[in-house]
Amino acid sequence: MAQHSLGEFEELVLLMVAALHDEAYGVSILSGLEKELGKSLNVSAIHVALKRMEDKDFVKSRFGGITEDRGGRRKKYYVITALGKRVLDEQFALRSTIYSRIPKISFG
Amino acid sequence: MHPPRKALAFLRWFCREDYLEEIEGDLIEIFGSEVEDSPRKAKWKFSWSVLKYFRPGFIRSFSNSNQFSPMGMYKIYFKIGWRNLLKQKGNSSLNIIGLATGMAVAILIGLWVFDELSFNRYFKNYERIAQVTKAGNYEGKYYMGQKHLPFPLIEELQSSYGQNFKHIVPISGPDGFDAVLSTDDKILTRKGMYIGEGAPEMFSWEMKYGSWNGLEEIQGIMISESTSKAFFGDSDPMGKAMKVNKHTDVTVTGVFEDFPKNTEFYGMMFFEPWDFYLKDAPFITRQGWDNNFVMVYVETAPNVTMQEAGAAIKSAEKKATENLDFRKQDGSEGSDVLLLPMADWHLYADFRDGELQNGPIQMVRFIAAIGVFVLLLACINFMNLSTARSERRAKEVGIRKTMGSIRSQLIGQFFSESFLVVILSFLLALIVAYTVLPSFNQLAGKELVLPLADKWFWLSCLSFITFTGLLAGSYPAFYLSSFKPISVLKGTFRAGRFSALPRKTLVVLQFVVSVGLISCTAAIYHQLMYVKDRPVGYSREGLISVRKKSDEFNTKALALREELKRTGMVTEVAESGGDVTGTWSHNGGFNWEGKDPGFEAYFATLNVSPEFGKTVGWEFVDGRDFVAEMASDSSGIVLNEAAVKYMNLEDPVGKTIRWTNRSWNVDQDFVVLGVIKDMLMNSPFEPVKPAVYVTYGYERVLLMRITPGISAAEALPKIEKVFTQLIPEIPFDYRFVDQEFDSKFSTEDRIGKLAGVFAVLAIFISCLGLFGLASFVAERRTKEIGIRKVLGASVLSTWRLLSQEFVLLVLLACLIAVPLAYLILEEGLQKYEYRTGISWWIFVMAASIALGITLLTVSFQAIKAALMNPVKSLKSE
Repeated sequence: MAQHSLGEFEELVLLMVAALHDEAYGVSILSGLEKELGKSLNVSAIHVALKRMEDKDFVKSRFGGITEDRGGRRKKYYVITALGKRVLDEQFALRSTIYSRIPKISFG
Repeated sequence: MHPPRKALAFLRWFCREDYLEEIEGDLIEIFGSEVEDSPRKAKWKFSWSVLKYFRPGFIRSFSNSNQFSPMGMYKIYFKIGWRNLLKQKGNSSLNIIGLATGMAVAILIGLWVFDELSFNRYFKNYERIAQVTKAGNYEGKYYMGQKHLPFPLIEELQSSYGQNFKHIVPISGPDGFDAVLSTDDKILTRKGMYIGEGAPEMFSWEMKYGSWNGLEEIQGIMISESTSKAFFGDSDPMGKAMKVNKHTDVTVTGVFEDFPKNTEFYGMMFFEPWDFYLKDAPFITRQGWDNNFVMVYVETAPNVTMQEAGAAIKSAEKKATENLDFRKQDGSEGSDVLLLPMADWHLYADFRDGELQNGPIQMVRFIAAIGVFVLLLACINFMNLSTARSERRAKEVGIRKTMGSIRSQLIGQFFSESFLVVILSFLLALIVAYTVLPSFNQLAGKELVLPLADKWFWLSCLSFITFTGLLAGSYPAFYLSSFKPISVLKGTFRAGRFSALPRKTLVVLQFVVSVGLISCTAAIYHQLMYVKDRPVGYSREGLISVRKKSDEFNTKALALREELKRTGMVTEVAESGGDVTGTWSHNGGFNWEGKDPGFEAYFATLNVSPEFGKTVGWEFVDGRDFVAEMASDSSGIVLNEAAVKYMNLEDPVGKTIRWTNRSWNVDQDFVVLGVIKDMLMNSPFEPVKPAVYVTYGYERVLLMRITPGISAAEALPKIEKVFTQLIPEIPFDYRFVDQEFDSKFSTEDRIGKLAGVFAVLAIFISCLGLFGLASFVAERRTKEIGIRKVLGASVLSTWRLLSQEFVLLVLLACLIAVPLAYLILEEGLQKYEYRTGISWWIFVMAASIALGITLLTVSFQAIKAALMNPVKSLKSE
């Protein structure tokens, strides 16, 4: 499972890639996460996570068309792979299984 | 608002290529959305983010980036270059032929100069060999370069200064002597000399048989490989018996490789030991310090430098002769002994009247300068033709730049194209040089070969190619690549008013060189003709000289005379002490009535038989010739006009002159019999020396004049028959005086011919360039000419339109070249004492040749353009 390990921040990014399906690229992931988390992030962190997950085959990427506001540079879109989705599912299942075993605790 | 440039540049420098676009794009997008709020903050954040990418995984691998092979790029460069060549075949071939001609000339001249400079390098001890010379003050002037030394000096050097030298080698004269060598079955005349026994080791002879000690055997003889082949075939000749001049028995003690042409000993076919010379002619050893006649070479000892050795022996003669009678008598201060290093022998050893002449080195410089100029012309051509085509390629440059080529790549491309042409030209030049080398050798009197196996040759060729390629390609490369793509592609690119200026300057420069070369060539020829037409005071046609190689010529002189005259082939036979084409001895000791006692008069003293005058045909100004039957004429003397002037004599005939000279063993009065017109015997470029003719000691040369009206071919066999009958031992060997005289012009003749050939080539190359330029101009103005013709312009006016620009340029070049050439010629002709003035017609001729050829070249293109049908030229697009 070593190569299937998923860090916390990576998981967030992967979730966002999956959520934004087909519209996920650096800036959109960044703004999505910033909105959800309510704090400012650096885009370099997103890129680091994306490159790592690409190496682990959780996501795959392709270049989009040229757009005006990026100084002529193409966007790089990321899509979650089947493997990535399965890892997310496993993660989610693992968490919900354990979560469901939490006894009803009330903190008043 | 632009993101921070430095941060972006930094990112681009370190970031992985495959991540770069994405990262850049994202950063710029973020920057763009934030810059509205606070540009400062956005910039700061941008830079900060960039910095955060500077981490493993994002930094590109710097070591790998150089592994991309640029070969593909160069391949493309050459491919494009090749296509461009093929596209314009005419232009390319002009270019290549011009450059190849220039390069071939440069190769040949390079070989020639190298040969001149490497003279004597064949000898391994080159650096340490020197010739001993003398120098001294005489009448307030320091005379240098006297190569003849007194015999006792050799011994003095050996005994008192021997530690400075490894070898001290005397020789019997630098030109050697002809001798008859024979075996039992073969007789051949060969040139050789007597030389000290250390010579083979000192001059590092390449031995085929035997060793370097071959001259220690007093009856030994060392012969050249070719001589050995001629006598003994391929067999080992060591120890075989030979005879020199039919009477001296010698044994072959060594065979050496023939000396190459650019060495001191070229043509020496045998050497006999110096010690044998002394034994054979013992009077030599009795000669004192006052008789200068031997020559000495030395090799310095391994631990002694040339300077040290020179300083050590400087006063050798002064010290040794301090207390001798003759020094006390003449009261002179004596001579210095100097060393002339081998490196100077060829180019810095031409002493005349005690002064070093710079003639030889000047000739080398002159020819080298021509080589450089011709190559320069060819390079200029190349530059001109390439830039002229620039407009055609301007669009290409524009497109390339838009596609992302950077300037350095374009420069690279143009350079690779120029190198392509240069390499092609070089190959062609090699072929040309190889084919014309034999004729060039004949012209230059050399034995040059292309040293194809020598790595230095190829190295210098390589640097030569690089140099020419850079020189010829630099202008197009830097000029073409500087075009601005926008203006070029918009079509607003117009070569400015002055863009043709460099081109015009180059054309002018080309023609300055060409006109200068033509002028120089013409002036050299003019000088040569002037000197050749100089009155010589006697008649050379049909005059034959025969060296007396043995005493038999003297004992049988009378019989020879009788027999020769009886054949009817010769009108007169005479004897003399030397050749007619040189004065062979100069002496002082003359006194006469009315002479200023302080005036030490030197004359060329020429020993002739009484029939000499009749034979050579000298002309009398005053008085009469020697008469053989009058016994009193043996104390008669004939002067030349120069001598009369020199002596300041009025009415000289009948006056007495007293001649006292120890070495000639004379002390008697001579009566002046007559005065002859000056006989030109020495260099035709110098004034005639004052000369006296005496009937005394004329035993070296036999002269005869072939009867006028009889051809040499008819006369010679009969003359030979007389000789073989009377002196069967010695092969008949003769020279024509007029041929010998002509050989005095050989240097000047050679320079003249070489300069002529190169001038023609210079003009040829310049014209190739003009031809190309004219065709380019005509082509560019095709439409203009079409419209002009439609509007009624005549062929003549169109021709004028196209030609006048070039004609003006060439005229300008003439204006510059003429004063320049005049100055150079003024300087160059100084060294000839007998010289012609530089006449104006030389320059007029040079200018009109240049103009005429220009007109021809340009007109060809101009008329072609002018005759074109305007319908065709206007329709084409």
